[in-house]
Amino acid sequence: MERPIPTDAAGGCPAILAARSVSFRHPGAAFSLFQDLSLRIAGGESVGILGPNGSGKTTLVRLLGGILAPDAGEVIFDGRPVRSFRARERARDIAIVPQESRLLFNFSLLEVVLMGRAPHLGPWGLERPEDFAAARAALREMDLAGCEERGLQALSSGERQRALIARALAQEPRVMMLDEPTAFLDLKHRLQIHEILRRLNGERSLTVIAVSHDLNMAARYASRLIVLHHGRVAADGSPQEVLTPDLIREVYETEAAVERDPATGAPFVIPRTPLDRRSPSGYRAGGRF
Amino acid sequence: MPPLTARRLAASLALLSALLALGVGVCASIGSSGYTVFDLARPAGGTPDGSRPSGTEPDLASVMILRVRLPRVLMAVLAGAALGAAGAVFQGVLRNPLADPYVLGISGGAALGFIAASAAGLHALLPFLPVRQAAAFAGAAATVAFIFLLSRVHGRIASYPMLLIGVVLNTLYLAIILLIQTVVGASRLHGVMLWMVGNVPVEGYPLIGILAIVLVLGIAAVALLGRDLNLLAAGEDAARSLGVVVERTRVVALVLASLVTAAVVSVTGLIGFVGLIVPHAARLLFGPDHRLLIPASALAGALFLLVADTAARTVLAPTEIPVGVLTALCGGPFFIWLYRSQRGAAYSD
Repeated sequence: MERPIPTDAAGGCPAILAARSVSFRHPGAAFSLFQDLSLRIAGGESVGILGPNGSGKTTLVRLLGGILAPDAGEVIFDGRPVRSFRARERARDIAIVPQESRLLFNFSLLEVVLMGRAPHLGPWGLERPEDFAAARAALREMDLAGCEERGLQALSSGERQRALIARALAQEPRVMMLDEPTAFLDLKHRLQIHEILRRLNGERSLTVIAVSHDLNMAARYASRLIVLHHGRVAADGSPQEVLTPDLIREVYETEAAVERDPATGAPFVIPRTPLDRRSPSGYRAGGRF
Repeated sequence: MPPLTARRLAASLALLSALLALGVGVCASIGSSGYTVFDLARPAGGTPDGSRPSGTEPDLASVMILRVRLPRVLMAVLAGAALGAAGAVFQGVLRNPLADPYVLGISGGAALGFIAASAAGLHALLPFLPVRQAAAFAGAAATVAFIFLLSRVHGRIASYPMLLIGVVLNTLYLAIILLIQTVVGASRLHGVMLWMVGNVPVEGYPLIGILAIVLVLGIAAVALLGRDLNLLAAGEDAARSLGVVVERTRVVALVLASLVTAAVVSVTGLIGFVGLIVPHAARLLFGPDHRLLIPASALAGALFLLVADTAARTVLAPTEIPVGVLTALCGGPFFIWLYRSQRGAAYSD
């Protein structure tokens, strides 16, 4: 069946995900988190979502991923409202790597990654050989082969984080959303995960949407950055366009210098001092440069 | 623990079923009259030691075993299976290893219904109907409804408030029960004490048959939710992103497990700890996958309560220990040992 494919207003690329005038207020909250928020993400893009604490990054991921319903407006996935998909059907195309890695009961690493196959099985079936193959491939991809039967609780936080990404890989999705995927990782694994995501993005044209607090990693690995602030999109564009001292001052209330990484050409943010709105000068003593 | 395959599922359940069948045979053969199941195969009327020839007396062996012991054995099997499976479901759905029908107040609701009906003298008014059992069932069902209604926040039912509301309801019920006992007096509440601590009654086959159908269907239905419960253990959002309709799964699983519990508790009274320790023990032996854990907990619970009830009626014979006392005596220390052993770490945050 032919589906009308919405096209990106700017580039004309078909949008795989689009938020249309989405409004959302957390139940019981006094103010709306998002009011009339719109954005489009094209298939095969690699998008970094930035913004200060409480700016709604995680909520945006949940809305885009269809696991949270907006109060108004809608999220369109592949030409259809994402909430109109059956949950299992949606889970075959959209994987979300959540922030939390707490798991109840001592499931083994392989069992956890096999959970990613659930959307591909019938409602009650056991995993088939091809599901085991997909799970083992995902484990290899995340450098976790060889500890399949260890309990997830026995792994380091970095290994747990990689296990969750392996579970999302086993889902074989078209869109992968990650909520601070490298928050608990050391430098090596942080780079490793970003390299893997970049490769998947390039080879399989997996659409990657990653929430991050690490401006420099985001600048280096995402081709597009979306900055959320006060419930709206404060900036949206290439890392060079988005990461400016002015934006960082406005959104993160921090004075920063923005240099260029000589090796990759990506902008590189060097934070200097937090803005202190209480002090008469506008900055902390000695913080001006 | 290797991941679940059809072979491991079948082998584990076959092993447990064989053990249970053996347990039924052995436990039906233990008792003060000395008859064993082998006596059923001999010509009618003989005594175990051959002192009396066959065919001269009414068939005591078959009366003793088929009319007295077997109904009780089957009732213990059914009750243990239901409590074990329900415990596994409660722990999985509420994402809490301490959850069971008791903590949640579902058994407490049954107790309140039973005692209120006893105090009102309903069983004396309608002696031919199981009114107190029906009241117990209604109390348990009402408790489930209360928990759902009271723990709903902004249209969503989260697991922690459910547990909290359940604990509070349980305490409230206990206070009301004590109040009824104080006001009504002991004579009216004859037999209530035995029910409160849990016992396996000798019931007729029609009731056992009905209970068996209800419980087998309930346990089978809830076992089909096994994979969704696995995903739920990974976190609510993770489960949603993996295709689980979390609220629906939660409501269906809890209602089924609660009704199964209520059906049992209304007949046996408050047999504690089975729903708590059996799933934990089954998890150690068979791993955390609910597709195996739920049926395995049912079979292991059946075996556990069968052994406990046989011990309850024989250890101090002719005095009978209430089986609920025995399960708590075994279960409490076992649970503490389990928690203190290195596996306890698996349940911490």
